[in-house]
Amino acid sequence: MESKLRAILPDHDLLKMYEQMVLCREFEESCAEQYTKGHITGFLHLYSGQEAVAVGATHALHKDDYVVSAYREHAQAIVRGADPKRVMAELFGKATGICKGKGGSMHLFDPDLSFMGGYAIVGGQFPIACGLAFASKFRQEGRVTACFFGDGAVNQGNFHEGLNWARLWELPVLYVCENNFYGIGTEVHRASALPDIHKRTCGYDIPSEQVDGMDAPAVYQAVKHAAEWVREHSSPYLIEAITYRFRGHSMADPGKYRSAAEVELWKERDPIPNFGKRLIEEGIVAAGRLKEMQVETQAVVKEAVRFAEESPWPEDAEVFNDIFV
Amino acid sequence: MPEMTYRDALNLALKEEMRRDPSVVMWGEDVALYEGSFKVTRGLLAEFGEMRVKDTPISENTIVVRPIAELMTVNFALLAMDQIVNHMTKIRYMFGGQVNLPMVIRAPGGGGSQLAAQHSQSLETFFMHAPGMYVAVPATPADAKGLLKTAIRDNNPVMFLEHELLYNSKGEVPADPEFTLPLGKCDVKREGKDVTIVAYSRMTVLSLMAAAELEKEGISCEVVDLRTLSPLDTETFTASAKKCGRAVVVEECWHTCGLGAEIASRIYENCFDSLHAPVQRVSGLDVPMPYSRKLEKLCIPQVEDIVKAVKETLAAKY
Ligand SMILES: Cc1ncc(C[n+]2csc(CCOP(=O)(O)OP(=O)(O)O)c2C)c(N)n1
Ligand SMILES: [Mg+2]
Repeated sequence: MESKLRAILPDHDLLKMYEQMVLCREFEESCAEQYTKGHITGFLHLYSGQEAVAVGATHALHKDDYVVSAYREHAQAIVRGADPKRVMAELFGKATGICKGKGGSMHLFDPDLSFMGGYAIVGGQFPIACGLAFASKFRQEGRVTACFFGDGAVNQGNFHEGLNWARLWELPVLYVCENNFYGIGTEVHRASALPDIHKRTCGYDIPSEQVDGMDAPAVYQAVKHAAEWVREHSSPYLIEAITYRFRGHSMADPGKYRSAAEVELWKERDPIPNFGKRLIEEGIVAAGRLKEMQVETQAVVKEAVRFAEESPWPEDAEVFNDIFV
Repeated sequence: MPEMTYRDALNLALKEEMRRDPSVVMWGEDVALYEGSFKVTRGLLAEFGEMRVKDTPISENTIVVRPIAELMTVNFALLAMDQIVNHMTKIRYMFGGQVNLPMVIRAPGGGGSQLAAQHSQSLETFFMHAPGMYVAVPATPADAKGLLKTAIRDNNPVMFLEHELLYNSKGEVPADPEFTLPLGKCDVKREGKDVTIVAYSRMTVLSLMAAAELEKEGISCEVVDLRTLSPLDTETFTASAKKCGRAVVVEECWHTCGLGAEIASRIYENCFDSLHAPVQRVSGLDVPMPYSRKLEKLCIPQVEDIVKAVKETLAAKY
């Protein structure tokens, strides 16, 4: 039996989560369009399909908890509070971007939001997560570091070194694995000796659990519990969210290694309409209001694109700025 | 001679060598089922089967153990530097020559596609610096094929650096399956008398374009393509520099400690009396690569930069 949504969160929060998921989806689909038009260049990894993970998890974190992620991180930055306009401008390579156009899609960062970066070297965020968690512990700030990563990243030495270190020094790291079953074209069971990723932590005596990553309230509940555990014990915890990306690995990937039937099956589990349906069924919102929310977020994204288009390019001299203090 | 792309030439070299020698295996991330991020390994799994063509986990530090390894991009070689530098280049030497490491690590790299700081690097100097491995940097499809075949046959470790922006470039490639090119030899890609341009990989392609432009103004450039950075064929490029009395080195890597410094130093050591002007260097800017295409362009040597450097060399006098 699905738990009743109102037992999990008040209406306002449930609707906020729904709205954020729609915003992420609209943002990503707009990015795809801007990439096709040549406004966004380089690598572009979209998050469509995985929204319940970023939204559910972020909703369970405190405002000042740290977040680190990989290169599929637009949604994580946006739900953390990054301005879609400045994120879009970053993807356009404009001076008004969240990193002045220097980072692009894979390297969003905003310390004011405790969003400590998107990293494009698979597994590069693990040592950084330990560092942030150590800082929090050292300064007795009580901040949890949420470290997002994919199923492909768990075969890097960095992952195992990080788990060992976090447990050994009792660092408050909350590991959130987004298992979307593929690392580019390689399916998880072809890359991992133990494909049940949450079981990987037993060698480090770190508690872990698996959650349905297509169900935002479920992710919220699991992460809420885990984050409080991490905060209380000052020790790591791992959540494996089972999810799926609806698009190719990046815009350059036609995704031929997955059957159309497989993709369709997962699209039936699309986290947005399914959540919307539950909200209506449980009398939390009227269908018309959900539609309105979509129109509103579309306007936000449209405005972000306009802002990015009209923003200036960085000055040439900017190329030498920011190397050293 | 048939015309083909750099990508297809590499693909053909792999196939020919795997047919020739059943002990050659090809490993890497997404090289088998997905046929490679840059599709260089297309058709290998179908022809050679799962025992020889293997997808690996994203574990760069362990991928590096068998004859041909594809690192998805050279940027990830940094995760494998321990295996490459502490192990691959030293095992033969420190064990007194009792073992050979007949292995090739192929790695695409270079900038120019707005892939930002972590995915746009030109790390050739890093490998060139460490004794114990060969470093190949082909500029054309024929060179790619001929050098890769030699690298596979060679009993030493070879770092084989492909340029991502060259995969679609076309050129004539000898059809003979026994066509190979020597490691450790420069190739004079264009003869000239006024200025020597020393370059490698994509910088050779740009240098040839610059030379063609300069010719219209009556300036004759000799373009020496290094083709391998280690061993470095000092004789060929210093002979050219002596002949012309002026030299420009073009490197995509960062300027500081870039390979251009080594080339310039060897030119000074060998040609000091013959030089009419200081050696000019056209290099990547000493900054992490910015994403924004406007800024990225400033960081990578362009044809105009080479033209300008050649003219400056001609204007300068000792
Ligand atoms: C060290 C390193 N090796 C390889 C790559 C190339 N690469 C980029 S994403 C990726 C797959 C990662 O898959 P996963 O961790 O499951 O994340 P997902 O893309 O599914 O979100 C690979 C191999 C890289 N960026 N860094
Ligand atoms: Mg994955």
